[in-house]
Amino acid sequence: MIPSNPYRTPRWLAASLLSAAVATPALAQEDPIKVGILHSLSGTMAISETVLKDTVEMLIEQQNAEGGLLGRELEAVVVDPASDWPLFAEKARELLAQEEVDVIFGNWTSVSRKSVLPVVEELNGLLFYPVQYEGEESSENVFYTGAAPNQQAIPAVNYLMNDVGVERWVLAGTDYVYPRTTNKILDAYLKSHGVADEDIMINYTPFGHSDWQNIVSEIKDFGSQGKKTAVVSTINGDANVPFYRELGNQGLDAADIPVVAFSVGEQELTGIDTGPLVGHLAAWNYFMSVDTDVNYDFIDAWIEYTGDEMAVTNDPMEAHYIGFNMWAEAVRKAGTTDVDAVKDAIIGVSVPNLTGGYAAMMPNHHITKPVLIGEIQDNGQFSIVWETPSTVAGDAWSDYLEGSRDLISDWRKPMECGNYNVVEGSCGGSEAETE
Amino acid sequence: MWMIRAVLPGVWLLCLLLGLAPTAQAQQQTGQGQALLESLDAPSYDAKAEAIEAIIVSGDERSRRWLDELLGGKLQRHKDTGRFVIVLENRSRNWPVIDALTFEDAGEMSRRDLDRIGINNALRGQLQSALAVLDLYTDDVDDRRDAARELLGSVDAPMVEPLREVIASEDDAEVRRLLEQALAIHRLEQGEIEAIADLEGSLNSRVRSALNSATRSDDPLVADAASAALADIEQRLRINSGLETLYFGLSLGSVLVLAAIGLAITFGVMGVINMAHGELIMLGAYTTWAMQQLLPGQPGLALVLSIPAGFLVAALAGVAIERSVIQFLKGRPLETLLATFGVSLILQQLVRTVISPQNRTVVSPEWMSGSLMINEGLSLTLNRLFVLGFALVVFACLMLVMRRTRLGLEVRAVTQNRAMARSMGIRATRVDIMTFALGSGVAGLAGVALSQLTNVGPNLGQNYIIDSFMVVVFGGVGNLWGTLVAGLSLGVINQVLEPWAGAVLAKIIVLVFIILFIQKRPRGLFPQKGRAAEG
Repeated sequence: MIPSNPYRTPRWLAASLLSAAVATPALAQEDPIKVGILHSLSGTMAISETVLKDTVEMLIEQQNAEGGLLGRELEAVVVDPASDWPLFAEKARELLAQEEVDVIFGNWTSVSRKSVLPVVEELNGLLFYPVQYEGEESSENVFYTGAAPNQQAIPAVNYLMNDVGVERWVLAGTDYVYPRTTNKILDAYLKSHGVADEDIMINYTPFGHSDWQNIVSEIKDFGSQGKKTAVVSTINGDANVPFYRELGNQGLDAADIPVVAFSVGEQELTGIDTGPLVGHLAAWNYFMSVDTDVNYDFIDAWIEYTGDEMAVTNDPMEAHYIGFNMWAEAVRKAGTTDVDAVKDAIIGVSVPNLTGGYAAMMPNHHITKPVLIGEIQDNGQFSIVWETPSTVAGDAWSDYLEGSRDLISDWRKPMECGNYNVVEGSCGGSEAETE
Repeated sequence: MWMIRAVLPGVWLLCLLLGLAPTAQAQQQTGQGQALLESLDAPSYDAKAEAIEAIIVSGDERSRRWLDELLGGKLQRHKDTGRFVIVLENRSRNWPVIDALTFEDAGEMSRRDLDRIGINNALRGQLQSALAVLDLYTDDVDDRRDAARELLGSVDAPMVEPLREVIASEDDAEVRRLLEQALAIHRLEQGEIEAIADLEGSLNSRVRSALNSATRSDDPLVADAASAALADIEQRLRINSGLETLYFGLSLGSVLVLAAIGLAITFGVMGVINMAHGELIMLGAYTTWAMQQLLPGQPGLALVLSIPAGFLVAALAGVAIERSVIQFLKGRPLETLLATFGVSLILQQLVRTVISPQNRTVVSPEWMSGSLMINEGLSLTLNRLFVLGFALVVFACLMLVMRRTRLGLEVRAVTQNRAMARSMGIRATRVDIMTFALGSGVAGLAGVALSQLTNVGPNLGQNYIIDSFMVVVFGGVGNLWGTLVAGLSLGVINQVLEPWAGAVLAKIIVLVFIILFIQKRPRGLFPQKGRAAEG
């Protein structure tokens, strides 16, 4: 784990000098700065994405109350890609080409991000992506403010292995790219730590799977072999409610077989009666229960903004909070909203996160984050039981996958490459194939 | 594990103290409480484990409550004043609390000012074992059995003697048997080969876990004996797991039947392709949620009341759809399909806008949580058992309505020959409305049941619409028995396939099977016979 090490002064200086020289005269001071929001407000993903749209709108409102940016107002441009992956690309094009937004905050699923990627690269836009993802990607135009696998999955597995003493592993996930890639990385990681093949059970289920009887019973059986067993769950969204219900009803106790989830946060738990789930785990970079003043202020502002006393906050919301502030800071530093200038200026920018530390933008367009492990409480919140001693820098290319471990990403000049192969000494282009 | 072991001798001491002179002890310890709780508020979990032990040994009569609240995460401390409180309700920003030392009301405190005394899974295990030991002395037999079960695999040397005493004075044979097994596991861990005889035949997963560990023992005799005992257990488990799979299948099947049976009426009997059927299910589920909001604290009563309410809401929505859309599209299936698909999208988005795009929590009442234990290796989850029963009751009622009432007679008459029925004086339009209302209402009932199994959210219906059509077509359009048989058999087939094919492949295999079946028998399992079938 690399401690946070922002790449500071020289780049900042160069970037701001450069952009100041280029950009100042051309600005029309009266025009508002346009912030595009590309989150599904209808369809399957609306459940997770609507709150993110609200979060960005709230942040814009707060920024405007402080006098905007560079003396200009911020204006939100909201579009609804309706959980339809190709529509994400169209809407991104609409935002960049017609609305001419200066930055986009958006996407949730990896497949929607993959769909938007060529558009953002072609039209040279800026996209801030707030959700934990499978890694194996680094684009010049995308900033990944969610966790890469080494900021969530690997530390969580380490915790289970070292602190809980787990020897047998169930890797359960929904059948799509994020769980498959994450499980591939975890499988390689576990085996490199001496876990035998028969001690790993991998299971995939379709989206929205609702009948978990058999799988939970299998897990129970797998766990009664005399070795401490844990479930690592990359089960996505809606399927979690019936999964956890079945766990509770079949009496799978967290003390016997803990489940650690990477996609279950406060938002998902609002749909579940958490009484029977107390003690099951989740790994994130932020929990609503984090005990810092800046977090309580954020929660209060959010409750006020939504007008809902029971409103909850979650990890991707914090990612947007960090991403938005980083972008604002970079714009201030560059003195312009020009994409190339902001892109250069943002590397090395460091802003406060909600857990009482700082998040810095790394040259590979990932950020530094603390990793927290929380146990589910009966009120739908998490209590933090473990955290990394310092922040961890996001790794775009996993060190545990063949073909990916030789790649590094560095968008600073002169390298400016998202997948530089250190063995061959060449850059493979900005859209490397991962598999 | 070591922490659990370390604490248990203390527990026994506590039991003795409580048994001998609890009141005298409590008198001198009122001032000690603060200090005990103080030590609990330690930064490291190891220190907390010691503090828990100290609390148990103290014999303070409040310790039981403290441990309970600590286990529930309700024991908290005010950041500024350092006062220990117990949180009664922790769902919004300000929480009602009581004083942790006197248990007297202490008003409300902001969650911002309170610090929780955190525990992790290891401490939770320790607390649970400690509380289990205390529970061995309660009067309730079920509590004692649970406590004894909890002790399987967590017995240590200092506990052996006291446990023997408990066994000697215990009346209930089941508790005695469980405690004997708990002791046997301990003896097995010490390498005693005779202990295996006491564990033979037990289907409990912790016993199996212990035996599995023993098969890796250094002593080959112990390892062989453990393997032999395990082989015997596995044999018994095989029968169990067969029964379990059957139950899983019937349970999944009952969900399919519930979702499809309303459609069997509107699509099967009336011939209307209603793509909004899933959203009628969703309305039923949301009715359950609304009922629980109206009757806070009484989830059971709310659920029972939701049955008529869900039926009514969905039936009314069905009538509205029938009157506003479907009646104008009679005999034009393609247009009906498209129009009702539009209706389904409208209903989904309506729920998203009016209520919330987030899932809503529907609480399961106490009597529907957990499982019914048939034996140590086989338990049936209660919520699914209820849904299975509910599906059968709904089916029986529907059969009664269709076979024994005037409405049923008229429905069958109208669907078989509309013109003839009308000339006999049956008001066909009224029958249409009633039939559609009945089918929709049943969909609402399905929603009430599904709210106990899955998400209550805007997408609920979408997940079931395809399955519903599949069941109705497979069973034979227009035949309620066909729907029942088709739903249950598809459920069982799916669950039998799942363990070796995986959930994704099992679903695909079932689909391929249905496609092939429909190729061979286009009219499904139970085709309608006679002239009506030709129309």
